[in-house]
Amino acid sequence: MAALTPPAGTAAQPAREAAGRRHRPRLWRGVVGLIAALYFLGPLLSSLLFTVDVPGQGFTLGSYSGILGAAGFWSSLRLTLELAAATIAVTMLLLVPALIAVRLTAPRLRVLVEVLCSLPLVVPAVALTAGISSVLQWGPDDFADTPLFQTFNTVQNPGFPVVLLLAYVLMALPLAYRTLDAGLRALDLTTLVEAARNCGASWPRAVLQVVLPNLRGALLNTGFLTLALVLGEYTVASILGYQPFAVWIVSIGGSNAQMSVSVSVLSLVLTWVLLLLLAAAGRGRSARPPRGTRTSPAAPAPTLQEKS
Amino acid sequence: MTATTAEASASARGAGGATVEFHRLYRRFGATVALDGLDLTARPGELLALLGPSGCGKTTALRMLAGFEHQDAGDVLVDGEDITRVPAHRRGAGMVFQSYSLFPHLTAAGNVAFGMRMRGAGKSERHRRAGELLDLVGLAGLADRYPHQMSGGQQQRVALARALALEPRVLLLDEPLSALDAKVRLTLREEIRRLQQELGITTLFVTHDQEEALSMADRVAVLRAGRLEQVAAPAELYARPATSFVAEFVGTMSRIPAVRTGNGAQVEVMGARLPVQGELPSYGELDALVRPEAVRVALDPRGGATVVAASFLGAITRVTVRLPDGTEVKADLPTETAAVLPPGSAVTLTLPERPVLVDHRVV
Ligand SMILES: Nc1ncnc2c1ncn2[C@@H]1O[C@H](COP(=O)(O)OP(=O)(O)OP(=O)(O)O)[C@@H](O)[C@H]1O
Ligand SMILES: [Mg+2]
Repeated sequence: MAALTPPAGTAAQPAREAAGRRHRPRLWRGVVGLIAALYFLGPLLSSLLFTVDVPGQGFTLGSYSGILGAAGFWSSLRLTLELAAATIAVTMLLLVPALIAVRLTAPRLRVLVEVLCSLPLVVPAVALTAGISSVLQWGPDDFADTPLFQTFNTVQNPGFPVVLLLAYVLMALPLAYRTLDAGLRALDLTTLVEAARNCGASWPRAVLQVVLPNLRGALLNTGFLTLALVLGEYTVASILGYQPFAVWIVSIGGSNAQMSVSVSVLSLVLTWVLLLLLAAAGRGRSARPPRGTRTSPAAPAPTLQEKS
Repeated sequence: MTATTAEASASARGAGGATVEFHRLYRRFGATVALDGLDLTARPGELLALLGPSGCGKTTALRMLAGFEHQDAGDVLVDGEDITRVPAHRRGAGMVFQSYSLFPHLTAAGNVAFGMRMRGAGKSERHRRAGELLDLVGLAGLADRYPHQMSGGQQQRVALARALALEPRVLLLDEPLSALDAKVRLTLREEIRRLQQELGITTLFVTHDQEEALSMADRVAVLRAGRLEQVAAPAELYARPATSFVAEFVGTMSRIPAVRTGNGAQVEVMGARLPVQGELPSYGELDALVRPEAVRVALDPRGGATVVAASFLGAITRVTVRLPDGTEVKADLPTETAAVLPPGSAVTLTLPERPVLVDHRVV
């Protein structure tokens, strides 16, 4: 028996070395994590402290309750959420069918589509806004007595400024294109659609029941990016004179230091919660395990003949 | 076989046995002519292999039948009915693709049940049928696996079950085994053949592997540059190839210079006068086409031919012999016989007194 046991020294040595090697990256990970945490959480915690610890009053949530009651809070928040939802919907309705169609029927147009979708990247928000406002000015000047005038008014309705939605869709286009394109590239789209049609699915059903479920990750990412973009957008909205959440924060912040910081903290939390909600909504839809990570416990080992 | 598989095969059999006709099919992609007047008929219930070199139009023909490709001219008929205007999702042709084509977001059972879902079958019905079909292709335990959790062979089995679930009139297999390793390929080849015979579904099987075609098919259609070269049972194709292309594509052939003699119905090959099989070209220089198993080799110190190489194939050994004029001829010999003919031996070759196939000499 003893002969079968390897000498203690030789076996233990490499094991300890391996353990050491495994420990070092973990240590570094910890250090990097700590630095990052300090960098991000430090200011956040300081802000939080600043807002709840008022000199002379001690701990109070006064600045936060003040926000909820402040004029314009709810309306600007609602406007932003509506804009975000509409932007996500319009961007996807526009891009998803277009990208799928291009890939399946006219692959040569892909370059054109890519260039078109990337164009907004090279136009600064300020320039875009300047362009939009000068076009909007044509309304009263040139179209005052035409039916088009009504359209100009509708587009600028402060209750739901369609013009802002259009601008946001434009701005989201490059991000959305890139994430969707990456998702599509990972699929053998032609074969998938042909297999679906061979199984008796019409074109729309093939797209809805085979392509879209396999694009879920890309759709979710597109939603994330678009949501984050709309929540944080200030330039266009402010220049055009609308008051979504970001603009409201800036306007309220100027009047009260404590309130301005608490509003920033609140908006951070809000963004975070919305992204989490979106992620949960996407994940909850199906119980599919993430790619290549775990095997369903119910599945038995592969049959012998397949193992070769 | 279990009771459920018998049931599954019985219900699939009801749909089988259609006649498929390609009639003067023509298709161009830019300057490439993919199909150049293809005429071919698959009989009810047979397994017809489409064999040919890469790019000869096999996939294109199959995709036309499935409705993924349109023809520039010609007709595709199923049971005498022109299906050109029927959209792909109503063709009733089950296809197994060359590349892995399972739906990644569905389990094996979900993939098999997809077609039934499209037809509006109830959940319990789908579940039961999917189970039966997975059983039929030998994957009873893997119903809950996702495609990325299965091997290539398992995925193609699921794809086969998915195609069978459609109760197709025609089964289309486009090189379903080409991505698999040799051993799995052999097993699956036999299983496909067994299933196809049990279900009696007319099956078109595309391959560029002649061994696969000869071993599985009822008949083999050899395609060349978008045309049908010959369609025949495997043994017939091997023994009596209609053209030199078929002869050389199916099995191994050696070319030996031949000269016209007699009244034009004979040729002289290596000093022997042999009748000609098929037509004798009326002009130009000729080669005789000879199978390795037809060539006899004898040790002969005064024979002008020399053994130059030998490759061991198990029971037989294939030796390459160089004639005085430099022509190389392959001959299959029992391995014990070949053992006394090491490379360098001087030998003579003889051909049996049987008609030989001749062709224009290629330089
Ligand atoms: N969509 C297409 N666009 C352009 N050319 C095509 C297309 N599909 C097929 N071809 C061309 O048509 C010819 C026949 O193609 P096909 O795929 O039918 O060949 P195949 O016999 O299946 O070959 P392989 O054994 O390599 O799969 C080839 O020359 C191919 O390049
Ligand atoms: Mg092919």
